[in-house]
Amino acid sequence: MIAPERDAISLVATTPTMSPDLIRQVPDGVPAKLLSYQEAIREALREEMRRDPSVFLLGLDIGKHGGAFGVTRTLWEEFGPERVRDTPVSENTIAGAATGAALVGMRPVAEIMFVDFAGLAMDQIATLAAKLRYMTGGQCKVPMVIRMAQGGGGGKSTAAQHSQSLEVWFAHIPGLKVVLPSTPYDAKGLMKAAIRDDNPVIFLEQKALYAFKGLVPDEDYVLPLSRCDVKRRGTDVTVVASGYMVWHAMVAAETLASEGISVEVVDVRTVAPLDEETIGASARKTGRVVVVAEACRDYGPANEWGMVVMERAWDQLKAPVVRVTGLHTPIPLANSIEASVWPKSDSIIAAIRQVVGRLPRGGH
Amino acid sequence: MAIDRVMLLEMYRRMNLIRYFEEAGAALYKRGLVKGTLHTYVGMEASGIGVCMALRKDDLIAGTHRSHGHNIAKGADVKRMMAEILARETGYCKGRGGSMHIAAFETGSLGALGIVASGVPLAVGAALAFKMRGEDRVAVAFTGDAGSNNGAWHEGLNMASIWDLPAVFVLENNHFAISSRIEQMTHIEDLSIRAQSYGIPGIRVDGFDVLAVYEAATTAVARARAGEGPTLLVTESYRFDGHYAGEPQVYRDRSEVEVWRQKDPIPRFRSYLEGQGIATAAELDAIVEEAKQEIDDAVEFAKASPEPDPATTMDNIYA
Repeated sequence: MIAPERDAISLVATTPTMSPDLIRQVPDGVPAKLLSYQEAIREALREEMRRDPSVFLLGLDIGKHGGAFGVTRTLWEEFGPERVRDTPVSENTIAGAATGAALVGMRPVAEIMFVDFAGLAMDQIATLAAKLRYMTGGQCKVPMVIRMAQGGGGGKSTAAQHSQSLEVWFAHIPGLKVVLPSTPYDAKGLMKAAIRDDNPVIFLEQKALYAFKGLVPDEDYVLPLSRCDVKRRGTDVTVVASGYMVWHAMVAAETLASEGISVEVVDVRTVAPLDEETIGASARKTGRVVVVAEACRDYGPANEWGMVVMERAWDQLKAPVVRVTGLHTPIPLANSIEASVWPKSDSIIAAIRQVVGRLPRGGH
Repeated sequence: MAIDRVMLLEMYRRMNLIRYFEEAGAALYKRGLVKGTLHTYVGMEASGIGVCMALRKDDLIAGTHRSHGHNIAKGADVKRMMAEILARETGYCKGRGGSMHIAAFETGSLGALGIVASGVPLAVGAALAFKMRGEDRVAVAFTGDAGSNNGAWHEGLNMASIWDLPAVFVLENNHFAISSRIEQMTHIEDLSIRAQSYGIPGIRVDGFDVLAVYEAATTAVARARAGEGPTLLVTESYRFDGHYAGEPQVYRDRSEVEVWRQKDPIPRFRSYLEGQGIATAAELDAIVEEAKQEIDDAVEFAKASPEPDPATTMDNIYA
């Protein structure tokens, strides 16, 4: 395993920046607006609430206050306090009431402010909502979404109890779907899909990305769940990543392009159920894979992707899979030590060099 | 309150159905034919019947791990219930859930639930949906005395109270969690006063008196349906069997149970029906025989039903 680099390594003259141009998903000429990740999610919520009266929101401070991260701003004004409903600080019952409402035909979108608070709601999420359809032999369905802000970085980290990446908690539970978008375009399209899906969907919003902007088409669109997105095509190495790490992977890819290393970046988008086929196809094509996740090292999501690669690209692998992950630690507050907790593009670059370095000089 | 004869006899019939269902289930369990556990409702029939028969078909109940009685009281088909206990494909849950997750959705039941107090938030959500859609349906959550010490119970009553949700929270105080007595686990004797914390009415009623439960439930349900908000209804009960069928019950004396058996709600209701001239002994005997037969038929149906096909193991994980 490659540990995240502690010193700033600059092996190239310039470092690509994380601008909207780094990840381009809308073809030229398509009418589109530059929206932030936060705005894109709000647009999805607004459009789905206009379209379907059974969609309603509940959570802490989501009404007039607009939500702790401002995602639901203006929705209370448009849809009123019944459909944009502030709740008491009762996370288990926020999730449970969403489940109950979904069982009788509503499409609730509940907010749990930070994924770190999900522990309070895990009974209703993992032991009930995830399993009710199965346990009842298919007599019911639970078409609900639970939105939670996760991760650190981007200057918004508030230490151990407010910065975790916990997608694996949910991904490990059969019956849940888990989404982690990396761009405004993906966030809007996947939120719409999540709301229209008839299953409980955990929609994880990367705090570090709320202000990131990207083009979002004017025309209505919905993206499929359980479909990876190849954000950058390449031939030498596959980098599988999610969320904020996709941006770091794109910076790494852009950097290494000038050295003649062609990097393919596969954005997982839906953590569960996982699109194993796209990951496998990319791994078979390049034969070299780096898996990157912000979540802490042990039993993290990147391990799953590595195993999928082993299973689906066994004969094509030219090097073992290398993982790049957060350090396995509670997250500290001080910038000086927080800086080393999560992977950045330089640690991904180092990992890519490691898998590439396995080939004999001059050949593939 | 005046209840028509047909309803009274139906109450008697369903109480007997529950009793024979539980006894048959326990017998099958002791013979090793039931997978998992079986938590029986023997002695508590009046509580479930009194509540569930005060509801409409389109009202919802959310149960506990001890919910065979709730489902039968709400109108479930005992054949499909027994098939589910025996984990057959013809069971309500196609053999996927068993006793603790038995759910007859078509009767307005969200089913039995294996996590204590977890039905409370579900009922809150269902009641919220009813209110938002302008429907006059009611959601009822059952818990036991032990469940009322769980966080979800308190969160749920609070949330229902602030929004005046059409819900009824029924607390069936049978005095035990598994081995621990409610007197050891709560600092108050009358659990209905917990309603005061939430500014809602709390009613306490004799859970062995089916008509008293029915009357109290009717009041609570009417309140909910009229948009006046939730009620806490405590039915004072006792379970004659152990926590599960065949439990050694080292935590209580047989003599204690015998004292409580004197309150058996079924003979008590029978005395009332005969004493008030509502039905003759012969008529009531016929009802009992019919109930026994229906359960016997249910056992045969269940035993003759196929087990689920392994090819269907992964069905219904997702919609």
